[in-house]
Amino acid sequence: MNKNRVLRNAAISILVGLLVGAVIILILGKNPLTAYFNLLQGCGLAPKGKYAAGRGMLTDLCSYIDFLTPMIFAALAVAVAMKAGLFNIGVAGQMLAAGFIATITIGYSAIPAGLAKPLVLLIGAAVGAALGAIVGFLKYRFNINEVVSTIMFNYIVSYVVSFFINTRYVDAVSRQSRNIGENARLTLQNVLIAGYKFNIPLGFIVALAAVFVVKFVMDRTVLGFELKAVGLNNTAARYAGIAVGRSIVLSMVISGALAGLAGVTYYLGYFASIQPRVLVSTGYDAIAVCLVGNSNPFGILASTLLLQIISKGSTYMSSQSGLESEIASVITAIILLSTTISVLYMELFGKLRSKKGGKTA
Amino acid sequence: MNALNNIIIDGMAFTLPLFIMAIGGIYSERSGITNLALEGLSGMGAFAGALAAYCLTLQFGATSQVPYYMSFLFAILGGALYALLHALICIRCKANQVISGVVINILAEALTIFLVKTINRSVFGRPSDKIDLGASIRFTVPGISKIPVIGAFFTKVYPFEVIIIITAVIVWYLLYKTPLGMHIRACGDNPHAVDAAGMDVAKIRYFAVMMSGALSGIAGMAFAYSISAKFASSFFVGYGYLSIAALIFGNWSILPTLGACVIFGFARSAGYQLVQHLGLPSSYQDLVMILPYVLTLFLLIFLSKHTRSPRALGEVYDKSKR
Repeated sequence: MNKNRVLRNAAISILVGLLVGAVIILILGKNPLTAYFNLLQGCGLAPKGKYAAGRGMLTDLCSYIDFLTPMIFAALAVAVAMKAGLFNIGVAGQMLAAGFIATITIGYSAIPAGLAKPLVLLIGAAVGAALGAIVGFLKYRFNINEVVSTIMFNYIVSYVVSFFINTRYVDAVSRQSRNIGENARLTLQNVLIAGYKFNIPLGFIVALAAVFVVKFVMDRTVLGFELKAVGLNNTAARYAGIAVGRSIVLSMVISGALAGLAGVTYYLGYFASIQPRVLVSTGYDAIAVCLVGNSNPFGILASTLLLQIISKGSTYMSSQSGLESEIASVITAIILLSTTISVLYMELFGKLRSKKGGKTA
Repeated sequence: MNALNNIIIDGMAFTLPLFIMAIGGIYSERSGITNLALEGLSGMGAFAGALAAYCLTLQFGATSQVPYYMSFLFAILGGALYALLHALICIRCKANQVISGVVINILAEALTIFLVKTINRSVFGRPSDKIDLGASIRFTVPGISKIPVIGAFFTKVYPFEVIIIITAVIVWYLLYKTPLGMHIRACGDNPHAVDAAGMDVAKIRYFAVMMSGALSGIAGMAFAYSISAKFASSFFVGYGYLSIAALIFGNWSILPTLGACVIFGFARSAGYQLVQHLGLPSSYQDLVMILPYVLTLFLLIFLSKHTRSPRALGEVYDKSKR
């Protein structure tokens, strides 16, 4: 697919999603423009009417960036696997496993911040990579469909983590795991700058670096070439002498590591605790972000920035307009749906073009 | 003895819905359309059925049997109509069938939860995130239920278990003993031959996918009644994926798939009984809950070398390709 067509499809998909969302909001008797403006306000991209003391538009913007950081990692994780022809829908489980292990090893320790934060990132990536390696190995050695195995792991991880939290790490009041120490947290909380409080997400810098690294590895290295070759045509890749099994396992290792980073920036960054028995929707939403971004790292960065406005702003929109905040996931799902039917748009464009051509001729 | 009875009673109530959903998956996949959407199809079916049951209960009163049986009819309709979307994306739009399945699931979960909240608030005027169904009726067959062990199969039976068994026999007959069933199976292995024989591949596949939606709808409604007696976001716990694992074990054939479902269902209920029997705290239930999933992975390790999926599964049918 050429670049213009990709961009056009992404734009149409988002537009269709927003339009359908607008129709739903209209049916519910609310003004969609106000609702969408509320989304921007909730993310610090437009000024709110009034702010609490010590908070401003930039505070919201920082919080929005903090919120979207895990999504960049998660969508990159989906993209790397997809390039190799694998569908990693176990991102949520890999995130949870990484977040949990990092929480109990570093989060509850007294290691100084300068050492704890890099360790959290390392452990997160390692745990995710290990889970990814198992999935890749099962696929390569036993021909187990990665879709089935990642889903099984999602549930296994979710229940096992829930068991350990409930028996050992539970906070009696919140019914979640106990909060981690500030030394291990990847988001600096309530930093005072010029009289305003900010939550500064350190993980975002790592996420930006990951975007460039993944782009470089995929486009400029032998490894990236081999992964893409396996994804495009397994048999041809084998014939060309590429170790297909190694590529499959490696792509799942990288994908898992990225998912692990998503996990630690989520559970030890934006949040500081883990809710038992809950798998975050980030894992599935990452598929939407990845598809809209056409599995391209830069495309993913752009689509994360756009789509996360809907998720992050939905809380503020809900409080302002009285709409259920779940409308955000409905709109995201419809955007995702409209990426799958892009063939229809192309046909439509083709028809319009041939009609125009007929008139001028 | 009592524990064994409970294992059988709970095991059957879990096995049968899983089985009918897996048959739905078999219909779709034997026709050549990969169907990861079972979870979403059953959710949409259960939502439609639960909504119908709630409205009808307001109409007929809580003691009436009408809402119970009508809810399954609406679940079938809801599931089948929603499955049409999957069929359209896969057949008309020629999209990647795995991605379509996942999208269908995401949309189903988002849409049903949103609709439940919105409808509760704006139509029924009460803020709530669930549709209550009330406890399902259960019956015990007199006489037979007194026989040890075997009697447990006739004790505290949900009416939907009977519905499912009858439906399963009908759809088994349809798939293996009728011309239509043969066309469906041929579509999954050699769609070009079906085309050459003068049949419409797309039409047969549309039918098969909608059938999987209808059967998943029954399963969804049954789970909604048996597990939580309500429809809420807690409905989506991955039983759709579990039934896909079951049909992969069953090599895409109905009877072996039943065996897989029995293993899942009874492993789960036996685990629960074990936790109760040993007097463990309720948090240990979490460990029991992983049993079906771990079992799936282990069995797949041993079985997947021998699995033989339909040959044209997941491929877009292209007339010009031979």
